Amino acid sequence: MEPVKEWATDFDVLDPGYVKDPFPIWADLRSRCPIAHTDRRGSTWLPTRYEDVNAIAHDIEHFSSRDVGVIPFKPPEGAELDGGDDPLTYGLPPISADPPLHTWTRRLILPWFSHRRVAGYVPMTRSICRALLDRFASTGHADAAVDYAQQIPVRVIAHILGVPEEMSDTFTGWVRDVLEFAENPERRSDTSDAFIEFFINQLVLRKKEPGEDLISSLLQAEVDGSPIDDSVILGIVVLLLVAGVDTTWSSIGAALWHLGGHPEDQRLLVERPEIMPSAIEELLRAYSPVTMAREVAQDIEFAGCPMRAGDKVLLTFAAANRDPEAFVEPDTVDLTREHNRHIAFGAGIHRCAGSNLARMELQVALEEWLKVIPEFRITDPDQVKWAGGQVRGPRVLPVEF
Amino acid sequence: MRIRVDPDKCEGHARCIALAADLFDVDDYGLSSVKVDVVPSHLEHAARLAVANCPEYAIEIVEE
Ligand code: HEM
Ligand code: SF4
Repeated sequence: MEPVKEWATDFDVLDPGYVKDPFPIWADLRSRCPIAHTDRRGSTWLPTRYEDVNAIAHDIEHFSSRDVGVIPFKPPEGAELDGGDDPLTYGLPPISADPPLHTWTRRLILPWFSHRRVAGYVPMTRSICRALLDRFASTGHADAAVDYAQQIPVRVIAHILGVPEEMSDTFTGWVRDVLEFAENPERRSDTSDAFIEFFINQLVLRKKEPGEDLISSLLQAEVDGSPIDDSVILGIVVLLLVAGVDTTWSSIGAALWHLGGHPEDQRLLVERPEIMPSAIEELLRAYSPVTMAREVAQDIEFAGCPMRAGDKVLLTFAAANRDPEAFVEPDTVDLTREHNRHIAFGAGIHRCAGSNLARMELQVALEEWLKVIPEFRITDPDQVKWAGGQVRGPRVLPVEF
Repeated sequence: MRIRVDPDKCEGHARCIALAADLFDVDDYGLSSVKVDVVPSHLEHAARLAVANCPEYAIEIVEE
């Protein structure tokens, strides 16, 4: 990878400096070139202001979701280009769909993640967190990313999908191959195959023996009087795993990283647990993990930038959430912040369908951790490793207590 | 004080119900609605916070 010399015209979201600490880069761009551009991996735009990110997320006419990947997928050398027997004919709806497919697939899953339904998942999530803490609480040290954050969302979603919790490590590996190691085409492609084969088998199983889970309910659902095509169901299910795991784990990890470096905030949460809801929103704002892409559907001049059909635009919600035009002292993490219109979960019709679940998981994970480990510190900041690209969060986070 | 949620703007972020569960209801699809006619005075601050935190600018004060 060529080191980046000019961020405004030649940025690279996989640059190690950007992955580790993108905030000063966004601040610099916002002040002199608020929509940066690069030709690395195809012509791509990077808006850094809240107003622009929010406007593009709402303009589904010019900005399509047909390719939301931040790192474009290149098939492995020599691989045959698919001639139409791809089992994911419909992509991963609703995230990779525009209306009308988007509208009805989204409505199918929303009730599973409604405010009310998510309250019912709290006891399960608490017991997952407690069991994880039991494994290391008495040892005085842990990797807060690997031993804790990474383990929680995958177990919760396995439960909702009705697939065995023992598959958790395999799922985590698959999701990381698809999102985090997206630059490695072999890894990404082999994994997609394994992923799809596993869920095709799950569909066959559920058809014979339906359960109370989300997969069974999709198999029984009807839209306009007919059952749903299996490849749509497959796409939805694969999406829920991909969208629900790395994202939430990253935000739990980033929250623990923040607390590990701010003993005063640990104390604040222990002494005033009632501020937890605003603390969660603030941690989501300050360390928003997710960047989504859009494909320009028709040529448009946006905020003075000549965007061409086929160009990509990166919706870096984390950059929007640090914009001083939209937030008072955006780089200060204030767990009691009252005015916080953040868009960590996106905005418009693609607003994260799992946002209620994600918030609940983040809150329960922090509450259970602080009950058992009210004081802790980062063992050695130099050992902390971040991943970036589509999802940013700590992947190695040794702490001691 | 009276408030309303614009159903065309609301995308179901559920910030409103988290801030003021006594003022809002959200349905299974995330659509929010106001469940009181007049906001009780002790909840006026909470109502203002909901207005200030809704990412879709979907909540408005129709009468102070
Ligand atoms: C902190 C954790 C999470 C963050 C920050 C996050 C963020 C996002 C963002 C920004 C989008 C918008 C995508 C776009 O505009 O293209 C999105 C969409 C989505 N997320 Fe999440 N997400 C999280 C957790 C989850 C969880 C736990 C689930 C559920 C299992 C989930 C399921 C979805 C789905 C299904 C969509 C697609 C919605 C649509 O296109 O209509 N996410 N997420
Ligand atoms: S916060 Fe706004 S968008 Fe979200 S549910 Fe409430 S009214 Fe709707």
